[in-house]
Amino acid sequence: MSEREIDDVTGVETTGHEWDGIKELNNPLPRWWLWTFYASVVFAIGYTIAFPAWPLISSATPGLLGYSSRADHAAEVAAAKAAQGKTLARIAQMPVGDILADQDLSRFASAGGNSLFKVYCSQCHGTGATGAVGYPNLNDDEWIWGGTIDDIYTTIAHGARSPSDTDTRYNLMPPFADGLLDTAQIGSVARYVASLSGIEGGEASPEGEQLFMDNCSSCHGESGQGMIEVGGPSLNDGIWLYEGSLAAIEAQIAQPQHGVMPAWLPRLGDEAVKQLAIYVHGLGGGQ
Amino acid sequence: MLSEPPTSQRYDVEPVNSKERRQSLYAPRTKIFPKRANGRFRQFKWLVMLITLGIYYITPWLRWDRGPYAPDQAVLVDLANRRFYFFFIEIWPQEFYYVAGLLVMAGLGLFLVTSTVGRAWCGYACPQTVWVDLFLAVEGFIEGDRNARIKLDKAPWTLGKLWKRISKHAIWILIGVATGGAWIFYFADAPSLIVDVVTLRAPLVAYVTIALLTSTTYIFGGLMREQVCTYMCPWPRIQGAMLDEHSLTVTYNGWRGEPRSRHAKKAIAENKPVGDCVDCNACVVVCPMGIDIRDGQQLECITCALCIDACDDVMDRLGKERGLISYATLADHEHNMALAMGTGKVVQPARIRDRLTGKLVDTIRLTDWRSVIRPRTIVYFIGWTAIGLGMLTALALRSPLSVSVLHDRNPLFVEMRDGAVSNGYDIKVLNMTPEPRTVTLSVEGLPGATLAVTDHPGTGPTSLELPLEPDKVMTLRAYVQVAPEALPEAQTRFIIGVASTDGAVRTQAETTFEVPEAK
Repeated sequence: MSEREIDDVTGVETTGHEWDGIKELNNPLPRWWLWTFYASVVFAIGYTIAFPAWPLISSATPGLLGYSSRADHAAEVAAAKAAQGKTLARIAQMPVGDILADQDLSRFASAGGNSLFKVYCSQCHGTGATGAVGYPNLNDDEWIWGGTIDDIYTTIAHGARSPSDTDTRYNLMPPFADGLLDTAQIGSVARYVASLSGIEGGEASPEGEQLFMDNCSSCHGESGQGMIEVGGPSLNDGIWLYEGSLAAIEAQIAQPQHGVMPAWLPRLGDEAVKQLAIYVHGLGGGQ
Repeated sequence: MLSEPPTSQRYDVEPVNSKERRQSLYAPRTKIFPKRANGRFRQFKWLVMLITLGIYYITPWLRWDRGPYAPDQAVLVDLANRRFYFFFIEIWPQEFYYVAGLLVMAGLGLFLVTSTVGRAWCGYACPQTVWVDLFLAVEGFIEGDRNARIKLDKAPWTLGKLWKRISKHAIWILIGVATGGAWIFYFADAPSLIVDVVTLRAPLVAYVTIALLTSTTYIFGGLMREQVCTYMCPWPRIQGAMLDEHSLTVTYNGWRGEPRSRHAKKAIAENKPVGDCVDCNACVVVCPMGIDIRDGQQLECITCALCIDACDDVMDRLGKERGLISYATLADHEHNMALAMGTGKVVQPARIRDRLTGKLVDTIRLTDWRSVIRPRTIVYFIGWTAIGLGMLTALALRSPLSVSVLHDRNPLFVEMRDGAVSNGYDIKVLNMTPEPRTVTLSVEGLPGATLAVTDHPGTGPTSLELPLEPDKVMTLRAYVQVAPEALPEAQTRFIIGVASTDGAVRTQAETTFEVPEAK
């Protein structure tokens, strides 16, 4: 519109826009608003000079103040590490059993162990430490290599069947199908083992018992109660590493599977292993 | 004979915004120099100022003995430890609904007050009003009353003017510092904080708070004054919805004031009708908002009632009855106006006064205290009281012990070697008293269960004695195990109870025991 139109009622100029007979008044912005707006623009320009802002091909302009959120994060991590330093030093010095006895230290270690567990252990043992087929559940009171705090510490530190550690927990069950027992004998001893914990299809035949005494009891104990010293799992309870069914027991006797856990001491260090041991011990089955 | 009445002086004053001269929203501020008023309402306002400022400044210094484990400050908002102390009441963050309840009460209370006595909050108790009053008193003390202040404002800058201005602003800033200073004492132990503040050892946030409140007090109370009410505050806008025709407002009773006359005797001599208003502008000149109450109810009016004092004073001197400006309801005002105007368009004084005695006729309705009681205000009052009583009851019945239980999600349950099933729980036991306490934690309603708590060797198979620290939360990691022969068929609800060893206080939380699905 070339001509300025003045609204009769208010005496204010209109913008010339009209919708269904409704016209928009051209009231000026409040001055404080306008100046705030200009100030924001000036501030924004200053901000983009002082702080990282304009995107370039591989990064962004660094800004005059040299601010970086990564550096902030690194500083915070360093501060947190420094704050933990004293406690971690005590953990490093004390035997793991004494740490467990100290209420404050054990709480600190358990919390640290929890986060370490989520990073390094949960892939096999699960985030709730419930394990899976072939990977032990750490919440229960069944311990292949012992459930005292020192036993747990040793197992984590040196691993199980770890090829890189000479002190690792090590044993091997022979594959009985390779000429040690025939198929009928394997079936008989498997049914006997199943009968120890009342698994469906179990049968405590004298033949099976004899075969068990001759071939299995040296590692698994005469009543199948397990032997922690040699890492022979107990066979007389409801907890099974490779499924508790007759078929699975037969398969494990014929061609046993063996899990491997790395030795964590060289990778994580003593303080971390101690914290993990405290955490795992506190999951409910520690002895 | 033709001179003005000797008892009333006419003030040369122009209201900043009036019916005749409606200002644009963008108009620059007109300086207001309110004259000091004297009278009942002025006295009342001094009293309210004394009480409100007294409460504000003295409260943090009151002591309240809570024993050796809790602070002895009567009112304390302990943000660092997340506790709020109010005399005998201690509130934890999860009980913040009490504060929400107080806010609802404050809202309803404001409705109640506004619908009965109008903007009494604005006129007497609002911090903006109280501090502006205080700042005006300082200004009057240093620069004198209205005329002296106008003269000083127009005067050229001399040493004397400079000295007066500097001392005025210095005292204002001192009041601001005292205002901001008092605020921080609500958040920390006042006696030790004041030593820290003076010796510059207090935390930075204390100084920032003082600086911030000093500047807002100085700017709002000293420099902006009525503009805060007119332009910044939402309440003048809300009053339209809150007031009704039975609410008390400061009212110019035009039915007896009109036609106003500056030269009453001359007018009487000329046999013209003359109302009680002598148009002396005393009501305008005392108004801190700079308005003319004779324009009727308006957004700017904070109902401070100083114009009532000013007008009563003039009426006394003229020998007329008080109350030309008074607290009245709109309904009464309109009734009286209709009576005074009859069928005409102007007020006729003859219609409201007895010809012989000169007294007001009986049909005039003078507002009295009865206007306060009506259904609307009663409903507000009942609501306000009900919430207050409800909160008091809840406060009296709340347990000083509390327990919350979180069942593990992963794993839901763990099977043990002997076939027993174990469930893990995170338990929090809250001791909300400022004394150490020994409690018994027990598992109830779950046959065959045993309880094991990490770090706390048990005293019994299903219960455990716990020493609780005063005013603290104890976090426990607990395992509940049920023997295979007692295992429930499915998920079972049971109770974890916490009771003080003397049995006086008890609380509990319900949770579940999970078992493997039947094979």
